[in-house]
Amino acid sequence: MPGRARRRGAARILAGLGAVAAGLLTAACGRDVPAAGAISGTITVTGSSTIAPLMVGLGARFEQFHPGVRVNVETGGSARGIIDVRSGLAHIGMVSRALRPEERDLTAHLLARDGVAVIVHAETRVGQIDREDLAGIFTGRITNWRDVGGPDRAITVVTKAEGRSTLEVFNGYLGIAAQDVKASVVIGDNQQGIKSVASMPAAIGYVSIGSAESAVAEGVAIRLLPLNGVPASSARVADGSFPLSRELNLVTGPAADLRVQAFISYCRSADARPLIEDAAFVPVDDR
Amino acid sequence: MGRSAAIVAGALSLLMLMHLALASMPAFREIGVRRMLTDGTWHPAPDASGSFTLVPAVAGTLAIAALAITIALPLGVLAALGATFLAHGAIGRAMDVVMYVLAGIPSVVLGLWGLTTVVPIVGRLRVPGTSVLAAGITLSIMVVPTIYVASTIALRSVPRPILDAARAMGLSRWATIRSAVLPLARPGLAVGAVLALARALGETMAVVMVAGNVAAIPRSLFDPARTLTAAIALEMAYATGTHRAMLYTCGVLLMVVSAVLILLTRRLMPEPVHA
Repeated sequence: MPGRARRRGAARILAGLGAVAAGLLTAACGRDVPAAGAISGTITVTGSSTIAPLMVGLGARFEQFHPGVRVNVETGGSARGIIDVRSGLAHIGMVSRALRPEERDLTAHLLARDGVAVIVHAETRVGQIDREDLAGIFTGRITNWRDVGGPDRAITVVTKAEGRSTLEVFNGYLGIAAQDVKASVVIGDNQQGIKSVASMPAAIGYVSIGSAESAVAEGVAIRLLPLNGVPASSARVADGSFPLSRELNLVTGPAADLRVQAFISYCRSADARPLIEDAAFVPVDDR
Repeated sequence: MGRSAAIVAGALSLLMLMHLALASMPAFREIGVRRMLTDGTWHPAPDASGSFTLVPAVAGTLAIAALAITIALPLGVLAALGATFLAHGAIGRAMDVVMYVLAGIPSVVLGLWGLTTVVPIVGRLRVPGTSVLAAGITLSIMVVPTIYVASTIALRSVPRPILDAARAMGLSRWATIRSAVLPLARPGLAVGAVLALARALGETMAVVMVAGNVAAIPRSLFDPARTLTAAIALEMAYATGTHRAMLYTCGVLLMVVSAVLILLTRRLMPEPVHA
């Protein structure tokens, strides 16, 4: 496989540089990492597009402490993270849900929590929504905002394409199957979801709460709907009261080596906390 | 130099074709052409248990591309006529610049324009706005330059003596264009249309943003539609097994259609006209 061969080549070159640089850095950085001489080479991280921007940031910080290390982050959804770790194409998979029973061959390291927010266009005057009505809207039983306390206007249902983990979390919470969803728009990532809802006044969609809060802060014309009376916010995800939330995991295979373990413990350390909060995710407290 | 470059290019496209063929094989083995036509819905799974129809994606692709060409063809040809015969000097050159700039706009930028401008306008006529119509309009902007450039070349190759003869017979400018220029330039105009169609069929980013991407056969211009390229772009990252092979089959389909179109342009390519 050419990709792996290339990576091995790069690793060999970096190993030399890394040994020198890491030695110099051990004293300077002094964090809870293993003997720094061992940390060099490339760390490939693939998977969920929800986690990827955060991992790019964490990777850049980690590279500053360990100049011999290159962290490559690629997106492609949680499923790809699982597949790539199993096939050895990636060292770390980003998976924005809990591992399933059949995935017990992998180890999950809980990175943070994320809420999935139901979003509507800023002009849609609806106070809140509950689980029942939401399921009704997404299965085509409820087709007008009037029926859920809104204006007399047909609802535009925006859902995610097959395979996205946000879709799995959302459908799982509503207890509906992918086949039951009656959508008028199918989108890919969070940003496309936010832009789509912002450009369609009668739309309802769902995206990661972090992305939605950042978009609102930037003045994008969307609103986060309270779910079952609970406001959709990072704070409510943190205190565990928001019903629609999920785990953000880093997963590794059985052969995770020292540099991978060092990177993961950095991602879960107090140093990483500000970056996780900046990404509008909720750090996990008892680590 | 030239020859070795040609060999490398040929070998590369052959390799890609082989890769596509190999990667799509499982779909033909496990699903078969029959199920691709009759499965009814698109609910893919990593094995043959899923539901895999290609009909909506093919219908969506054809509908959007056909609409885009229908809009872009008159625009592109009229612009070329104007720049070649009606507007002289500066205005013609300005038209050239406009078209080249248009041709250089990245498709994702056009898609963003489509989503924030075209979709809300279409949405005012009928919700949600992401539709065959919005995708056709956005795509037409994208392919106008292709038609314009091909048309300009075709129109400029109409021999001067024929134009002079038409003028000598007292024909008006429009009568000259209608009776002499357009018939002579027709093959070249057709080449432009076919090249634009090939481009429209293959466009991905702009379409994904404005077409709605629902995998169902569109019943009207206001219905959402999913194209073959959109199916690949939205799902390839997670697809495994049979699902992945089906997406490669979409790629094979696109490749075959564009190969046919390219051959067609060679057939249409005009013979030089002698006056």
